Amino acid sequence: MSWQVHLPALLLAVPLLGAFLAPLTALGGKGLRNTWFVLVSAAFTMIAFLLWTRVGSTGTAIYVMGGQGWNLALPSGMSIPVRILMEIDAFSAFMVLLSAVAALAGAVFSIAYMDRFSGLEKFVALYFLMVTGMFGMEITGDFFNFFVFLEISSVASFGLVAFWRDRGEALEAAFKYMLVSTLGALMVLVAVAFLYSKYNVVNMATLGKVIEWGIVEKTALVLFLTALAMKCGAVPMHMWMPDAYAEAPAGVTCALIAVSQASLYGLFRVTYTIFGAFMGSPVIPWVIIVLGVLSMFIGVSMAVIQKEVGRLIAYHSVSQVGYMLLGFGVGLLALSDARAMAEYGFTALKGGVYHIVNYTMYKGLLFLSAGALYYATGCRNLNDMGGLGRKMPKTMALFMIAAAAIAGLPPFNGFVSKLFLYESTFAVHPILAVFAMVTSVLTLASFVKIFQTAFLGPALQKFEGVREVPGTMLLGMSVLGVAILALSLFPTWSVNHLVEPAAKALVDQASYIGAVFSASVTGGGL
Amino acid sequence: MTGNFPYLVVGILFVMGFIGIIFEKNLVKIAIAVSVVEAATNLFIITLGYRSGGSIPVWTMAGGGSSRMVLPTPQALTLTAIVIGLATTALMLSFAMTIYRHYGSLDVRDVRRLQG
Amino acid sequence: MNPLSVVARTVCNLFAWFLAVFGIYVIVHGHLTPGGGFQGGAVVATFMAFLLVAHGGRKMQSWVRKELFTLMECVGLTIFISAGLLGMSNTFFFNFLAKAGGLFGSTVPLGPNPGALNTSGTIALMNLSVGLEVVGGLSMILLYMFSGVHPEEPFGREETGHDR
Repeated sequence: MSWQVHLPALLLAVPLLGAFLAPLTALGGKGLRNTWFVLVSAAFTMIAFLLWTRVGSTGTAIYVMGGQGWNLALPSGMSIPVRILMEIDAFSAFMVLLSAVAALAGAVFSIAYMDRFSGLEKFVALYFLMVTGMFGMEITGDFFNFFVFLEISSVASFGLVAFWRDRGEALEAAFKYMLVSTLGALMVLVAVAFLYSKYNVVNMATLGKVIEWGIVEKTALVLFLTALAMKCGAVPMHMWMPDAYAEAPAGVTCALIAVSQASLYGLFRVTYTIFGAFMGSPVIPWVIIVLGVLSMFIGVSMAVIQKEVGRLIAYHSVSQVGYMLLGFGVGLLALSDARAMAEYGFTALKGGVYHIVNYTMYKGLLFLSAGALYYATGCRNLNDMGGLGRKMPKTMALFMIAAAAIAGLPPFNGFVSKLFLYESTFAVHPILAVFAMVTSVLTLASFVKIFQTAFLGPALQKFEGVREVPGTMLLGMSVLGVAILALSLFPTWSVNHLVEPAAKALVDQASYIGAVFSASVTGGGL
Repeated sequence: MTGNFPYLVVGILFVMGFIGIIFEKNLVKIAIAVSVVEAATNLFIITLGYRSGGSIPVWTMAGGGSSRMVLPTPQALTLTAIVIGLATTALMLSFAMTIYRHYGSLDVRDVRRLQG
Repeated sequence: MNPLSVVARTVCNLFAWFLAVFGIYVIVHGHLTPGGGFQGGAVVATFMAFLLVAHGGRKMQSWVRKELFTLMECVGLTIFISAGLLGMSNTFFFNFLAKAGGLFGSTVPLGPNPGALNTSGTIALMNLSVGLEVVGGLSMILLYMFSGVHPEEPFGREETGHDR
């Protein structure tokens, strides 16, 4: 037994400790606080990486808190797990890794970006709390803790969205976001209560094992689906997303993207692992597919007409979430049919999983470079910008990488995941692939618009004094830029080592359930 | 029949809360409506946890007369939900307060600089 | 907000202490009776609410510093997470103090009994630390909301940067 079995607990304990000690480090001055901010972020990224390699080599990991031993899932001969249980399969580990990278980039970027504001010790504390909640959602093994971590990350992010409280718009966005997420979280809680009322358990693996198909489960599934789709910004309830993403400080938005991906993770954990056996009827998969197509199309058509950089990029988030919902919906459609799975389902799943990592990387980078533009020029409106390419060549290069990736230009990584999605959705219905392609074209159009108005054109008189942003901000952006380039240059490696294990783990319902019941040591103890 | 009354109350509270969230125009009243939905959720879980004839799950009573202990999970769920609800309500009211300072109004029809 | 009448102030001064003592009782007996860190902490924080209502915000600002409450929050939560980390030889949050003797670790008597206070191991420690955190946090919420109601009396230091 090596110390590495404790990695799941450390993944939560390190950012928590970072959050609680952050106000104390502020006593040591600005330098100590910033060092602490980066050090803790680097530490949890390292832990996330180690956890990912460990899960890759030894299979699904479980961790029990508060018992006699870390693997004592079924103490005293009990037939159901009773303690706080963490369960990390390849999909969870994959989500944890990319969330950690996005959070690290946001943290490094925020140092210089937020430098002139007071109350930064609270900012750091809230940032780490949000990261803890995000990790918790991704590694937890029972639904109640999922709700708790969902609320931790939400409440922390309300505070962060409203951090610039001298702007009425930020508060308005935060209130809107808060209303939607609080309602969503309460719906999750009611769904958990429905499941508890019938089975007396909240553990995910146990529920997946004993669940039947009745009116209670249908109600719970609908509540889960509504709540988590609201939280990840699918179309009928997407209105909080552009507001919150555009008004939050840029470093926070970078991490907020990863938080909304954690909600998406919850949605797929529920539909694939818990209710996977009942997906023979095509209703739920088609609901997800239609939500995805609507999000894609409405998101991008709203984005084209925006004039503010932040809002434009934020509306693209809605449309990109649509791509993932489309991929996973098609995968779900094929879940109970082995032939369809081999034919197009698994490709769609791979496309969805690959799009999650791509989206988190390039969308984070886009928001960070929009933040850099705002930091350097002090304006948000595209109509006021122009000719910044000469003043900020490095920001321009990084923005170009991200924009090419999101528009799906070959050889960038966005192209690969979109290709998977086109191929597989075409097999289900050609109209889906057509929608996906039209969305992609419109995405390219709107990014050409930003690039052309902000960076190209003659140098403007009022931007005479504009200079390149500080080094730490460039470093934060480069973390994501390098990740995008690596994913683009080694597509085979990333599909084989990053994407496929995660997609396989998502499909393999039996091994997720079995990990709790076989790895456990049944024995005495309290 | 009478056993189902708590669920009826839960349903009424839920509908009241949702109607409040959707139709109220005042931010403070919206915050109150969210609290009503929260109360309905907590009541729902507590009702689910009730077992007639069960005893409290305390370790020292393990060898005692009544051996039927209730599972304490719903109570734990509710306590946590209450704590989270407190934090959310406090934050929501603070936002309403600060929004009033910026916009000079609590009416949702006036608080809409972000649109489109 | 102006101070209340002298009668109200005297009564609040007196009863605030009873509330504080009762809250501490609830925190300390968290593992035996209903209640615990959060509930007891919330009761103790009404101490602050009483004084705030009775004496008005301006006077409170001269009596307390908000850094004190931040410190209480941080120390409480750090103790909590350290108690979890110290059990790491077995598992996170392992109750390493239970049945180990000492202040927290007496053995639990079996069968119906009035309840022994020193039996719960790290649970009592965690209740105490959560109680400390909740007192700090809720008092700070009260003070900040109070200073938000009266923007003309800013609480504590001036803010910088938020002025665009």
